[in-house]
Amino acid sequence: MMNADKVLDAKGLACPMPIVKTRKEMKAMDSGQVLEILVTDKGAKADLTAWAKSGGHDLLDHQVDGDVLKFWIQKG
Amino acid sequence: MAVKAMAAGEVAKKVINNEPLFILDVRNGDAFADWKIEGGNIQYLNIPYFDLLDGVEEVVSDLPTDRDILVVCAKEGSSIMVAEMLSEEGVHSAYLSGGMKAWSEHLEPVKVGDLKNGGELYQFVRIGKGCLSYMAISEGEAAVIDATRMADIFLDFAQEKGAVIKHVFDTHLHADHISGGRTIAEATGATYYLPPADAEEVVFEYQALVNGLEASIGSTKVEALYSPGHTIGSTSFIVDDQYLMTGDILFIDSIGRPDLAGLAEDWVGDLRESLYSRFQELAGELTVLPAHFMIIEELNEDGSVSKKLGELFKENHGLNISDEQEFRDMVTKNLPPQPNAYQDIRKTNMGKITPDEEVQREMEIGPNRCAVR
Repeated sequence: MMNADKVLDAKGLACPMPIVKTRKEMKAMDSGQVLEILVTDKGAKADLTAWAKSGGHDLLDHQVDGDVLKFWIQKG
Repeated sequence: MAVKAMAAGEVAKKVINNEPLFILDVRNGDAFADWKIEGGNIQYLNIPYFDLLDGVEEVVSDLPTDRDILVVCAKEGSSIMVAEMLSEEGVHSAYLSGGMKAWSEHLEPVKVGDLKNGGELYQFVRIGKGCLSYMAISEGEAAVIDATRMADIFLDFAQEKGAVIKHVFDTHLHADHISGGRTIAEATGATYYLPPADAEEVVFEYQALVNGLEASIGSTKVEALYSPGHTIGSTSFIVDDQYLMTGDILFIDSIGRPDLAGLAEDWVGDLRESLYSRFQELAGELTVLPAHFMIIEELNEDGSVSKKLGELFKENHGLNISDEQEFRDMVTKNLPPQPNAYQDIRKTNMGKITPDEEVQREMEIGPNRCAVR
């Protein structure tokens, strides 16, 4: 399990909200800090991956835990 | 400001009528590259919704003013957001109701011809995914061939036409979409037929679909013709000596790929024999009705997909490769990617797994990819 500086619970939210909230959290964080994101929207995986890439962030890891998808993104 | 929804059916009509449309697709770039709404008169712009969160001002100048704008995403949420943002900038647009999921599920029934004694033959065009299903109706009885997962559409259609579904056929065990055949048969008491060679692992009862089998509805005759090669069980149908349903063996502008059940090398010989011997012996006047189309150019003007067998023997490249090795290479090498989740789709069609509806939708996302060209 990876250490995160902050956790965003976006479970139950449908697209586009997981990304909207992730983006907002990331804005308030410092470069190098890690945000853990919990989502249930299956489409979030491809979108978070693409969003992190386009924003210059690092998707460090992701896991599936039952219905919940977990992502760790490091701010670039 | 409220924005307007456009139903998948309205978009389908625009595609069939070749009407102009501008699509702002806000899914991520990979999803757009993999699969999108196709049409002869559609212009596209793909910008992921997450690149528009700061505003859409920069996009506005790239949007046309002389054609309808449709914002499209996977499920609809992001497209509503973007359409609302556009509206605030004074740009009128609609969003695709239900997103690409609804597009994938939409079926457009098109009458493809008359049968003996007032019967009718309908093709159900799944325009977003390229699947084609059929219903033959004669004297209050119906037969369904290669039904898609959306069983209610077939049940409702038969009811509207005052017909009782008697026979449900699948030309083969599908790998690109989930069959609605078993559901329809259970709901109506109809007989469900599958080719036994494809059904070895199937866990439910079915009637064996074998070469020469004849079934009738009203005064119409449906005759089975074994034509292996896409799968080892693949079977075609001749209806009223007029129509040839070819399943995934022969398409309008391509032919079936032999690898989706894992045995391309073994089945390429069967594929060649079906196409170059069995079908050659049939009358060129038969109207070919395949189970898929791959590109929008394969649609006729009325939205149907069909062509005379004789014309296909002249025009379809896959039927005109005289060198056997060249044919073998074409259908076994450099094949397109396999359909999304095709192994799980096959297991679902065997009854081995029963994913819930939402998962089944996800499994079917994307194009059908059953052909080689």
